[in-house]
Amino acid sequence: MDKEAIRRAIMRIAHEIVEKNKGTEELCLVGIRTRGVTLAQRINACIESIEGGRAPLGILDITLYRDDLADTRGKPVVHETQIDFDITGKKIVLIDDVLFTGRTIRAALDALVDFGRPASIQLAVLIDRGHRELPIRADFVGKNIPTSPSQNVKVVLSESDNAEDEVLVENAEKKS
Amino acid sequence: MTEWTRHDLLNIRDLSREEIELVLETAKSFQEVSRRDVKKVPALRGKTVVLLFFEPSTRTRISFELAAKRLSADTLSVTAGGSSVSKGESLLDTAKNIEAMNVDLIVVRHAASGAPKIIADALGPSVINAGDGCQAHPTQALLDLFTVKERLGRIEGLKVGIIGDILHSRVARSNLWGFTKLGAKVTLCGPPTLMPRDVEQLGVRVTYDLKEVVAQSDVLMVLRLQKERQQDKYLPSIREYARLFGINKEKLKSAKKELLVLHPGPINRGVEISADVADGEHSVILEQVTNGVAVRMAVLYLLLGTKSKADGEEKDGSAVS
Repeated sequence: MDKEAIRRAIMRIAHEIVEKNKGTEELCLVGIRTRGVTLAQRINACIESIEGGRAPLGILDITLYRDDLADTRGKPVVHETQIDFDITGKKIVLIDDVLFTGRTIRAALDALVDFGRPASIQLAVLIDRGHRELPIRADFVGKNIPTSPSQNVKVVLSESDNAEDEVLVENAEKKS
Repeated sequence: MTEWTRHDLLNIRDLSREEIELVLETAKSFQEVSRRDVKKVPALRGKTVVLLFFEPSTRTRISFELAAKRLSADTLSVTAGGSSVSKGESLLDTAKNIEAMNVDLIVVRHAASGAPKIIADALGPSVINAGDGCQAHPTQALLDLFTVKERLGRIEGLKVGIIGDILHSRVARSNLWGFTKLGAKVTLCGPPTLMPRDVEQLGVRVTYDLKEVVAQSDVLMVLRLQKERQQDKYLPSIREYARLFGINKEKLKSAKKELLVLHPGPINRGVEISADVADGEHSVILEQVTNGVAVRMAVLYLLLGTKSKADGEEKDGSAVS
């Protein structure tokens, strides 16, 4: 996926979000660190150009909710979660770059419900690459990319990666 | 960013500047957890933390206990009075018995310098030194660094005055290492009888002129004066100490407007610090207590959050999701 394709996908997701939620009332976006946050900001900018108003935007760090904390090598760096609004009764759109096993989303759902009881939680992702290990699906998908489990999907976004936007599918290097 | 590889936290002297900064950054992320309605994250679920306190403590023990609980670890407190220690069991035997019950981390406070290290060397679980004798109190120094950094935005280049009984203070020793490692200039000030000999060799300045320290400092760290010091003949009288080295509003007249006054607690109002300063505009004493929980969460997380696994698969942010 190149820069233009990503731009169009984000714009379409924004349209779908406001269509499904009938505007921006009670709508909140929550990006999962780090690229989910960048995507959430872009989607929010698109929502503003469509509806004239922005939705509140939160940042979620799921490190503390990971189910593999005990056996990940090294120590994942914890970043701050910033959700400055009450999510109770709100329609939350959770945003991440790649949907793969679904475990990140599981962790994000656990983290979110610690902040309150939203009216609903929807999921928007730029890439759905399949291979789910949990019963989780996305409501809004930029592009479905069939992959093999050993491949790596890399999303590059200019804000967080200092390079032109693109999505790459790489064959994983053999690890000794 | 530096990776955390330590198994124990025994003193600040061993830590590199990068490691100290990693703890401070991690603590910053944990601050928000204590402000939530649901003050709990599952990061240390299933881990057991034992608080082994051979010396009385309120703040430090409660702070560690809250920090562990907010990370979902199970905690239990063992104090010298209510345990077999009062029946004469040795330090190592007590610790080994606790280890035999499969705990993951032991927080130790002991009146003898080096006690936590003895336990750490002999046992498998991680050990955090919560204050040993006159030697070290690393989490206190980390929370002081964190509090100053939160308020002033930096440590590098700051002038820090540590006032009082330097000789017997583990807080002073740990802070001296912490602040100098991060580039602050530390000045020690107190009665000559309570100043360790040749302490200048550690890269700090010593003065007996309180006025000068107050006027120059960005941060004043006021140490608690233990009343027993008078009986031990270090001081002619507590009242004289209060007059010469006690911090009060009058003495702070020449201070910078932005000056921060820190105190590790518990405070003796009217001795080393007057009530109007302890509760005044410069004081960040209660902020230190609040920040203590976040800093201890960070330390617990770094020591326990993950265990190293040689054959673990490398995780890439985009690959996990």
